Amino acid sequence: MGSHADDRYYVPHESHWPVVGSAGLLFMMVGVSIWLNGSDPGFWVMLAGVAIVIFMVTGWFRDVITESVGSMYNAQVDKSFRMGMLWFIFSEVMFFAAFFGALFYARNMAVPWLGGDSNNFFTNFVLWSGYESTWPTNGPGEVGGDFTVMGPMGLPLINTVILLTSSVTITIAHHALIAGKRGILSTFLAATFILGFIFIGLQAYEYVHAYNDLNLRLTTGIYGSTFFMLTGFHGLHVTLGAIILLVIWFRVLKGHFSKDKHFAFEAAAWYWHFVDVVWVGLYIFVYWL
Amino acid sequence: MSTIAAEVNDHAHDDHGPAKGIKRWLFATNHKDIGTMYLIFSFAMFLVGGLMALVIRTELFQPGLQFVHPEFFNQMTTMHALIMVFGAVMPAFVGLANWMIPMMVGAPDMALPRMNNWSFWILPVAFGILISTLWMDGGAPASGWTMYPPLVLQTGDAFPFLIFSVHLMGISSIMGAINIIVTIMNMRAPSMSLLRMPIFVWTWLITAYLLIAVMPVLAGAVTMLLTDQFFGTSFFLAAGGGDPVMFQHIFWFFGHPEVYIMILPAFGVVSEIIPTFARKPLFGRDSMIYAASCIAFLSFIVWAHHMFTVGMPLSGQLFFMFATMLIAVPTGVKVFNWVATMWKGAMTFETPMLFALAFVFLFTIGGFSGLMLAITPADIQYHDSYFVVAHFHYVLVPGSVFAIMAGVYYWLPKWTGYMYNESLGKLHFWLSTIFVNLTFFPMHFLGLAGMPRRIPDYSTQFADFNMIASVGAFGFGLSQLILIYVLLTAKKGVPATDAVWDNPEGLEWTVPSPAPFHTFDTPPEVLPPLKQEQHA
Ligand code: HEM
Ligand SMILES: [Cu+2]
Repeated sequence: MGSHADDRYYVPHESHWPVVGSAGLLFMMVGVSIWLNGSDPGFWVMLAGVAIVIFMVTGWFRDVITESVGSMYNAQVDKSFRMGMLWFIFSEVMFFAAFFGALFYARNMAVPWLGGDSNNFFTNFVLWSGYESTWPTNGPGEVGGDFTVMGPMGLPLINTVILLTSSVTITIAHHALIAGKRGILSTFLAATFILGFIFIGLQAYEYVHAYNDLNLRLTTGIYGSTFFMLTGFHGLHVTLGAIILLVIWFRVLKGHFSKDKHFAFEAAAWYWHFVDVVWVGLYIFVYWL
Repeated sequence: MSTIAAEVNDHAHDDHGPAKGIKRWLFATNHKDIGTMYLIFSFAMFLVGGLMALVIRTELFQPGLQFVHPEFFNQMTTMHALIMVFGAVMPAFVGLANWMIPMMVGAPDMALPRMNNWSFWILPVAFGILISTLWMDGGAPASGWTMYPPLVLQTGDAFPFLIFSVHLMGISSIMGAINIIVTIMNMRAPSMSLLRMPIFVWTWLITAYLLIAVMPVLAGAVTMLLTDQFFGTSFFLAAGGGDPVMFQHIFWFFGHPEVYIMILPAFGVVSEIIPTFARKPLFGRDSMIYAASCIAFLSFIVWAHHMFTVGMPLSGQLFFMFATMLIAVPTGVKVFNWVATMWKGAMTFETPMLFALAFVFLFTIGGFSGLMLAITPADIQYHDSYFVVAHFHYVLVPGSVFAIMAGVYYWLPKWTGYMYNESLGKLHFWLSTIFVNLTFFPMHFLGLAGMPRRIPDYSTQFADFNMIASVGAFGFGLSQLILIYVLLTAKKGVPATDAVWDNPEGLEWTVPSPAPFHTFDTPPEVLPPLKQEQHA
């Protein structure tokens, strides 16, 4: 049985999951659009779509896991998965790059220009007379009203420590997996996603604080926009990453991974390092500088 | 555990042919079936987008407003571009990649066959959503395919549908691109070194990299539009410290690589075809690869040549002007190599070669007008005029689209097992070529004389050339009926040999015509020699 898997590439049978996924996306996108256009039933259509997509993801992954556990994948398939995951992460990096780009552009170009920098004296004089460019800002129109900035100390610092620690714990778990130490593996893996969920909890708390006490909102000009979009998308990715780690943890408990076959574990770990790196960027450029 | 294994393994490796009926297509994991679906979908979009172009040309046949409302006219220009770019040209190249890359590198299939299916089946959803906006309150998006704010924020109910359909197109492209890279890097026959890879495979490798790098940026840009519209962010609102021009920077950071996404695989197709019909090895094979890589790199640092008139520091204008002109160097290398390949070749002019030849000539015209547009002071005059329309249609229609058609004629016998009707193919070629020039060449003059783009009415001085262009457009559209006929009767000709053409280069010609459902179960151990080696 194993001999087959070694020399021939596994080409899967027809699968219904992709079209199920497409149907889910159809409901999701149409639903959310209708909802945004102001009619409430759209919300439920969207939820139906989300449910279908979740159904698809679990079903699809169940198939893949069954095939993997049934040793139908040879080293080449494993490598395909690895490369696929790395390129996927690269695409995610570029998605964040768009928002970081917006932050840098606004901060270093658009806002100074509104303040009359470079050859924009008249922009400032005629349109926004009296506006002096600063950062953070909610613009010459003071969109969203007075606000206080989220400083780098306190919660954000704690969150940084949490995420960096979780990067260490997942590495320990990885080494334990390779060394065959199951106990350490599951403990440190659990520690990792627990830290992840704590991070999300604190982030939620921070948001409430920002909205209620600082009047810092998504609608607070360009500062609020970049702040919440960057940290928000990051938070979504942490949530996803933590859920992935949780699933991997259950698989570890079921004894799914071996010393030299644990692509899913590594993929989750890579993803986790990726959200970690993004956070470091966020901490430096959004909170600190 | 072993029971699961036995159970699943049981039917894992029996030689499964295609499933029956609709399931074969809905649940497809076979690269050939998926490639076929991509090509058919793309052709359908080509026809839909083409009809929209004819609406535009009908209105522009004469000065004055005759047939459609200006709002609807703008919806047509916007939808035409979106459908042609994302629905026709890009999926056509992905279709060619699906069909050919596994065969060219000696792989059994694409690396991730189920994801391959999903990449395709997202497309009908995306375009179903996009096209449905035509019937919504406020009509389809009318802001131009570039979706500049604040104009795009005036879109009616279509707005969120537009944003999400762009997201879907992005998801589909990214998954398709990942699949292609992984197939090339991991499924290649071990004996095929990187530099020995067919040029089509090389250009697609680079294209896929570009896709993964820039489609997420487009997703980010349209997400910002969405939140500006519905959630009160200020990305593109000056009062809040944002800047509408910022959208243009982000968009064109995607947009310029995007135009190379549409032309690099075309370079690849043409580089496969010309050596076959010139019966000579591709001149400067390695330099073709390096040139394509250079183009890809440069394409990231030229984006603001689309924005010379919107306001940017002088140093920026200079940088983007020179960087843009640099691209002419690797592009020139390519054109030179194609010509040198034909030099003293034993040429014959079958339909694929005719299209490839026309590509070399007409794409080059587009390249030259691009160079003119790259000159900042000149572009300040030409920008948003019909000269730009002429430029990008020369690179896209007798460029990308002709290359797709060349590729289809070239590989069709390998797909169907039969020769297509050569005389009708030639007729299709000549009519298309004549009409494409009749349509787009006058647009250069219109632009230089000052006719703005995306306008349903114009001053009477532009009447003659517009009339010519409209006649050309209808001629071009009607000529495509020949292509439909040729495709529908593709299996009526004489059976094709395995090589199909006279000693063409590449693994795909070593397998039977039509290519079996699963081409290479195990990687081929000996590769056919490259032509260079045959001559040496
Ligand atoms: C030889 C290299 C090229 C150069 C130097 C070049 C240069 C330019 C410049 C400067 C513009 C902006 C014109 C303006 O809006 O004022 C432009 C527009 C455009 N180019 Fe090119 N180009 C080149 C090749 C291509 C290729 C290969 C394609 C696609 C296959 C392409 C597609 C486009 C499109 C679609 C636009 C118009 C975008 C829009 O505003 O809607 N170009 N090009
Ligand atoms: Cu460009």
